Amino acid sequence: MTLRRTLAITAGIVLALTGLLLVIGWVRGPEARAAAFGAIVSFSMLTATTRLSVPYVLAALGGTSSERAGVVNIALEGVLVTGAFASAAVTHWTGSPWVGMAAAVPAGVLIAYVHALATVTFKADQIISGLAVNLLALGATKFGAKLVWGKPHSDNIAKLPTIWERDPDAGGLATFVHTLLAEPMVLLTILLVAAAWLLHTRTVLGLRLRAVGENAHAVDTLGLPVGGLRYTGVLMSGGFAALGGAWLAFDVTQFSSGMSAGKGYIAMAAVVFGKWHPLGATAACLLFGASEAFQLRLQAASVQVPSELVGTLPYLLTIVALVGLVGRARPPASLGVAYEKAGA
Amino acid sequence: MKRWLQDAGLQLAVSAASVAVALAAGAVFILALGKNPFTVYGILISGSVGDNYGLGQVIYKATTLAFVGVAVALSFRAGLFNIGAEGQLYLGGFMAAWVGLQFDPEKPYAGMWWVCCLAAFGGGAAAAAVPAILKATRGTHEVIVTIMMNFIVIGAVHYFASSRYDDVIMEPATTHTWELPEAAWLKSYKETFKGSTANSSFWVAIAIAIAATYLLWRTRTGYEMRASGLNPKAAEAGGVRMRWTMCLTLLVSGGIAGLGAINFVLGNKGYFEKEFSAGAGFLGIAVALLARSHPIAVIPAAFLFATLSEGAVAIGQSKEQVPGEIIDILQAIVILFLLVGARLLDRAIAAWQKSRQKAVRA
Repeated sequence: MTLRRTLAITAGIVLALTGLLLVIGWVRGPEARAAAFGAIVSFSMLTATTRLSVPYVLAALGGTSSERAGVVNIALEGVLVTGAFASAAVTHWTGSPWVGMAAAVPAGVLIAYVHALATVTFKADQIISGLAVNLLALGATKFGAKLVWGKPHSDNIAKLPTIWERDPDAGGLATFVHTLLAEPMVLLTILLVAAAWLLHTRTVLGLRLRAVGENAHAVDTLGLPVGGLRYTGVLMSGGFAALGGAWLAFDVTQFSSGMSAGKGYIAMAAVVFGKWHPLGATAACLLFGASEAFQLRLQAASVQVPSELVGTLPYLLTIVALVGLVGRARPPASLGVAYEKAGA
Repeated sequence: MKRWLQDAGLQLAVSAASVAVALAAGAVFILALGKNPFTVYGILISGSVGDNYGLGQVIYKATTLAFVGVAVALSFRAGLFNIGAEGQLYLGGFMAAWVGLQFDPEKPYAGMWWVCCLAAFGGGAAAAAVPAILKATRGTHEVIVTIMMNFIVIGAVHYFASSRYDDVIMEPATTHTWELPEAAWLKSYKETFKGSTANSSFWVAIAIAIAATYLLWRTRTGYEMRASGLNPKAAEAGGVRMRWTMCLTLLVSGGIAGLGAINFVLGNKGYFEKEFSAGAGFLGIAVALLARSHPIAVIPAAFLFATLSEGAVAIGQSKEQVPGEIIDILQAIVILFLLVGARLLDRAIAAWQKSRQKAVRA
């Protein structure tokens, strides 16, 4: 039910936005109108949206796992940059982008482990721990880049090969299909969305994760390991989000320090906007990706858009969702609360 | 021995232990790189507080951190988490510059700096107004809203601080505004500190820290803030105006963070520049944490973090080939150990009090 509403709201906002921007185009004259129309209604818009959404979706899937288990994860930003660094460095050492991509996962799990250790074992404040992990990851990856490449960004790394070659003269539709099916990480993301949805809604583990985020005490009463489940959620979030980081690095075939550039926070916003549901979060990420793609394409068509203001849209929408003007977003009941055994 | 003195001693012990552990961890890192940790830490000290210039730079960096630290500490005391200091600092800086540019530069008004300071405070408070009002009216959790506000505020400031407003606000082909008239500038200590950027806003930071302490422990409002932080239910039952208190705390906290921008805008450059805050709004949270949310303790905590930051520059420039980012890692480790240490300390104090109660009863 909540999911259907989320999707309906998302669709509504997309339509409203499209309408609004078309009106802007109308006022600015026929050329701007044509550019705005072309920017929205085209397959290359879909391609751009897909590509821009991948890191958001992967990080938001991570955020969902962690937050459903009751642990706020603003460390997504740090996990993204860690994944980007690990995949670039390992690709640099081994020469194989596949190994590099895979290496992002253990690196992300490792940095997420720091967050889990602080928040679950030591019951530290989850927000501050997340900030510290972000600081740690940003510092450590820049430090690492200077050791590996002697500068704060990497040399060019090998590209992740596509499943089949793209025809450079292909039209919009063919390019879109190619992006969707032949880009290994896009395909992986689609599979992971499905997997996360199955995990969270159709498996015992998923339901237990949710239970531990809603009422940790009840879970403990059932004899299930509260700490173990929370660790699972947080470590999973590290794996998911780090893959998002790997995409960032492979997309530009380079690691540069701070390349996550606030994307982890956008993903966190998507988790809230998507009401802590994997599909809702994915829809929110696609919306954020689409608005970014649209803005970039308008700029490319040299239509004047206040890009600084359009860029704040994800954050504004998230506040609106939280305040509950359009279907209030309700967090898991125990989110952010460390579990204390009664009587201990 | 007095209770508060014992408490203060324990708090200090935790902070000192966290810093010591972080330095030790950093030393292991440096050893792993095949360098001598004593040499590197030597550079850290000599490159920061070692000479007058470095000392001035440390004072300058500590000033911004102190403002943000006091702001965050104040919100912590009321049980709120103002993580939006970065945006508040940013808007404070922009407002100070914008208001300053409204004055006729031909006829400078001597008290202009004072007006600009108020504008900085107002800008910070305005950035905090959205979470404050949402918290008071709808109970929306302030953490997510303040995080989102950081990005919204920075986006909005960049909208106005862009080439669209060239000639009016922004100096063309730069990322900063026009320079403010000299009447708006704060006194620079360039001569004393050999060209460093230290300036008189440091004294404002100290005054704010003292004022915040007075507010928290000597006024009714401060009592209500602490009560709602220590036990919201008891405070509400005791007649504390919860909504008003939460709203006011966030506004004042935001204002203080915004005021921190005068260090750069009025004290250093004389104009607002994009990206001037450079993460100080986040590092200030660590400062408040190290100070265990006491506004006075924020000052030495800010000095410690400023020394580390300034020392990082020296390490990065030295021949040791140790990237200065080692200090970022060190700072993160300080925070993580503070979190864990604070938690263990609270537990130890509780156990100690329990055993003492038993002893009294027996």
